[in-house]
Amino acid sequence: MISSDIQTVLPEIVIAVYAMLALLGAVYTTKDKAAPFLTWLTAGLFAAVAFWIAVNGSGTNVAFSGSFVDDAFSRFAKVVILLSAAAVLVMSQDYMARRDLARFEYPLLIALAAVGMMVMVSAGDLMALYMGLELQSLALYVVASLRRDSIKSTEAGLKYFVLGALSSGLLLYGASLTYGFAGTTLFSGIIEATHDGVSLGLLFGLVFLISGFAFKVSAAPFHMWTPDVYEGSPTPVTAFFATAPKVAAMGLFARVVFDAFGHVVGDWQQIVAFLSVVSMFLGALAAIGQKNIKRLMAYSSIAHMGFAMMGLAAGSAFGVQAMLIYLAIYVTMNIGTFAFILSMEKNGAPVTEIAALNQYAKKEPLKALAVLVLMFSLAGVPPMVGFMGKLYVLRAAYDAGLAWLVIAGLFASVIGAFYYLRIVYFMYFGKEGDGIETNMAPTAWAMLMGSALIMVVGIVNLFGIEPLAAAAAQTLVNY
Amino acid sequence: MENLLSIVTFIPLLAAAILALFLRGDDASAQRNAKWVAMIATVATFLVSLFILAEFDPSNTGFQFVEERAWIAGLTYKMGVDGISVLFVMLTTFLMPLVIWSAWNVETRVKEYMIAFLLLETLMLGVFMALDLVLFYVFFEAGLIPMFLIIGIWGGANRIYAAFKFFLYTFLGSVLMLAAMVAMYADAGTTDIPTLLTHSFGTETFSILGIQVVGGMQTLLFLAFFASFAVKMPMWPVHTWLPDAHVQAPTAGSVVLAAILLKMGGYGFLRFSLPMFPVGSYVMSDLVLWMSAIAIVYTSLVAMVQEDMKKLIAYSSVAHMGYVTMGIFAVNQQGIDGAIFQMLSHGFISGALFLCVGVIYDRMHTREIDAYGGLVNRMPAYALIFMFFTMANVGLPGTSGFVGEFLTLMGTFQANTWVAAIATTGVIFSAAYALWLYRRVVMGDLIKESLKSITDMTGREKMIFAPLVVMTILLGVYPSLATDIIGPSVGALVEHFNHSVDASGLVVVSEVVETAAH
Repeated sequence: MISSDIQTVLPEIVIAVYAMLALLGAVYTTKDKAAPFLTWLTAGLFAAVAFWIAVNGSGTNVAFSGSFVDDAFSRFAKVVILLSAAAVLVMSQDYMARRDLARFEYPLLIALAAVGMMVMVSAGDLMALYMGLELQSLALYVVASLRRDSIKSTEAGLKYFVLGALSSGLLLYGASLTYGFAGTTLFSGIIEATHDGVSLGLLFGLVFLISGFAFKVSAAPFHMWTPDVYEGSPTPVTAFFATAPKVAAMGLFARVVFDAFGHVVGDWQQIVAFLSVVSMFLGALAAIGQKNIKRLMAYSSIAHMGFAMMGLAAGSAFGVQAMLIYLAIYVTMNIGTFAFILSMEKNGAPVTEIAALNQYAKKEPLKALAVLVLMFSLAGVPPMVGFMGKLYVLRAAYDAGLAWLVIAGLFASVIGAFYYLRIVYFMYFGKEGDGIETNMAPTAWAMLMGSALIMVVGIVNLFGIEPLAAAAAQTLVNY
Repeated sequence: MENLLSIVTFIPLLAAAILALFLRGDDASAQRNAKWVAMIATVATFLVSLFILAEFDPSNTGFQFVEERAWIAGLTYKMGVDGISVLFVMLTTFLMPLVIWSAWNVETRVKEYMIAFLLLETLMLGVFMALDLVLFYVFFEAGLIPMFLIIGIWGGANRIYAAFKFFLYTFLGSVLMLAAMVAMYADAGTTDIPTLLTHSFGTETFSILGIQVVGGMQTLLFLAFFASFAVKMPMWPVHTWLPDAHVQAPTAGSVVLAAILLKMGGYGFLRFSLPMFPVGSYVMSDLVLWMSAIAIVYTSLVAMVQEDMKKLIAYSSVAHMGYVTMGIFAVNQQGIDGAIFQMLSHGFISGALFLCVGVIYDRMHTREIDAYGGLVNRMPAYALIFMFFTMANVGLPGTSGFVGEFLTLMGTFQANTWVAAIATTGVIFSAAYALWLYRRVVMGDLIKESLKSITDMTGREKMIFAPLVVMTILLGVYPSLATDIIGPSVGALVEHFNHSVDASGLVVVSEVVETAAH
């Protein structure tokens, strides 16, 4: 029994043990000098574990009497999480070194956050859910204030911590209500208890749980922390926030609403649809006035989470498939975009003003072209792959009878197109100005170009993620 | 030649990729190479596309040269042409070499300019050939990106406003079409256009928010597509992006916009609105006819008071597109034949008129009508060519402009006499603004000091106009050249439309209501 349980959680254990050993090792030996090596090692480990999970995993394995589930859904999410975390680590290496931020704790905290995220998407129990969530969040609170001598960075960390604690409180309150009324913390038990509809108490529990998740995915109206934290954190940390944790939080969201409340889709569908539509419009409208590209990306991520939730709101296997594909595409686009943002600097100091991109295309035509592709992809303009992601979630929502949500989402995407176009406008038609330098390490360059290339080539073939996402969705929505 | 359509579509893309990957530097020789690569690619596209025309069988009203491959997300990559689309394909491949040639003396970012036009050609051809809803949408929308850049980078003083307006206006129009496409996919279970053409969407009247929707789902789908195509056409009152875009776009951009991009709207009505939502179209046709009549009269009057030459021609384009929508929604053989003919003819004529403006803009760097006058004294060849296309624009018999206007008016007269009567006044208005423009720019004495040293057209400029003149006259005196190809497909479309409308019972119902009201 116990050996098969250990077998199932082995990937998590490997990363957790690695993080602790590496921490001890680095503390007692070379400390920050080991940072580059540890970064590469962590990224390599992530990639290796992702490969292991992708190749080796099969079927549905339940461990610890149901509180940990390893199925196609969790494997899909884990591979996306690990690969994006590895990509962000690798591309930020150069930034960290040059900005005097190369601390050995950073890759190890990311590794612990990754373990938390892996537990989140595999949770089969409210306890496991909370453990994973807190492990992830605590690691992220620390990395948000990684630049200890900067007021903005520490403020970001504190803000994130206080609001994150509030959301954890909401979530716990919901979990306790759910436990009280369902009599169990196991998802498999909750779904039995809700077979014939939910009681009022359970409904309250569900609403508080969803509010907690909405905080974590930064869905409006629980998004307030996002722009400040994105702006204040060091850029590599922002890049990380915008990618892997979003996938994990959406994965957890999907797991709870389907595994625990799958029989009462009607009860949460409206809430998710509401969160979705508010996020899309808030993300689109609030980003228009932004002058800082990191804040802009914060609002952009809010809008994108709105679209991902549109797939979730469909409440069908196809909807989950659409959500997973959307998230995979979103993460790829964001890695490329942040690879570029990381490299923006003037006289050696990082720049985040959008206006500084004036006439960038004249100086660096190839990089500007890659950013142009990414911007149009983020806006969802065909033939970029971002459009395919949108098409998937729109179809899922329409099939579920949410035609109003489809139309609202499309209008929001037109409004959102404006601020992506603004970046293109500065790069290509802006006034002549000082301009910026973008010295990129080869890794960051490869991330930017690779992600832009995927956005163009993907319209011919989505690299086979469709059947994988379909299989993942099938295991989650199987009633 | 199984992949003929794909070959034609992707030759320009291939050339664009070659330019992007292998051409380095920005000196004179690199610029020349970029132009030549673009020129060779567009000419090759035209020559290969002649095979399509040669092997096309007009008597077959189905899709020809069909190719089909599995694509992502359960969609298919399916291309094909029929009598309605084949001439638009030819129009595009015919005009693109001339567009490239007209851009021969561009000097800023030449390589990117050529890449943008080559990409645009691929996307435009794709729009006319796509036989899958989503594939169509991808081509249709993707065309916005190169056009946005063409206006934004190489445009005039107020180009940023125009570029954003162009992009957001058309993007807003087409997202509703995307919503409708998602609905169609859900309803019919396929995105295959030939299958959708035979699928009948619901016509049951239902109410939304207390409003009765006659024609049911078909009317809603029709309106969603209408939002997109009406903006693209552009129809009054959503035409306001066009004058801005035209005025700010560089000459070659204006030519592509007027000659080809505007035709996508009309093509869309014929490919989607009429055959797929016949009942919806029937319900809304009166509205569209009246909008067209208003467009013709109103924009002709607006054109008359313009001070900017490009703006005047842009408004005249809107008026001429009014004839097209009118002909289409008359839904009879003459009307639709005329509409397609008018679109082809307008492609040659308006393209040539924008080139005419480009010729003097290149010399004087202004488009103000007041800045010119008496050009005939120093530019006799220019005066002749400009007069020819002014007359063609007015619809002088013997030019292709006349055939299009006459056929659409004849078709409309059978459907709605009042609309036809009002639209006919547009013929007079068009003569008024076009001839007045000509008089102010070309006639009279050459008194402006700045014009004293202006030179006549160069050999290159004359050569660009030659094919356009030939086509305008050829189609004017021998219209069967086009109508023989269009005719059978249009006939089948009209028959299908009438059959569907009769079968829906909506006609009978409305007559019963009318008799009851009496």
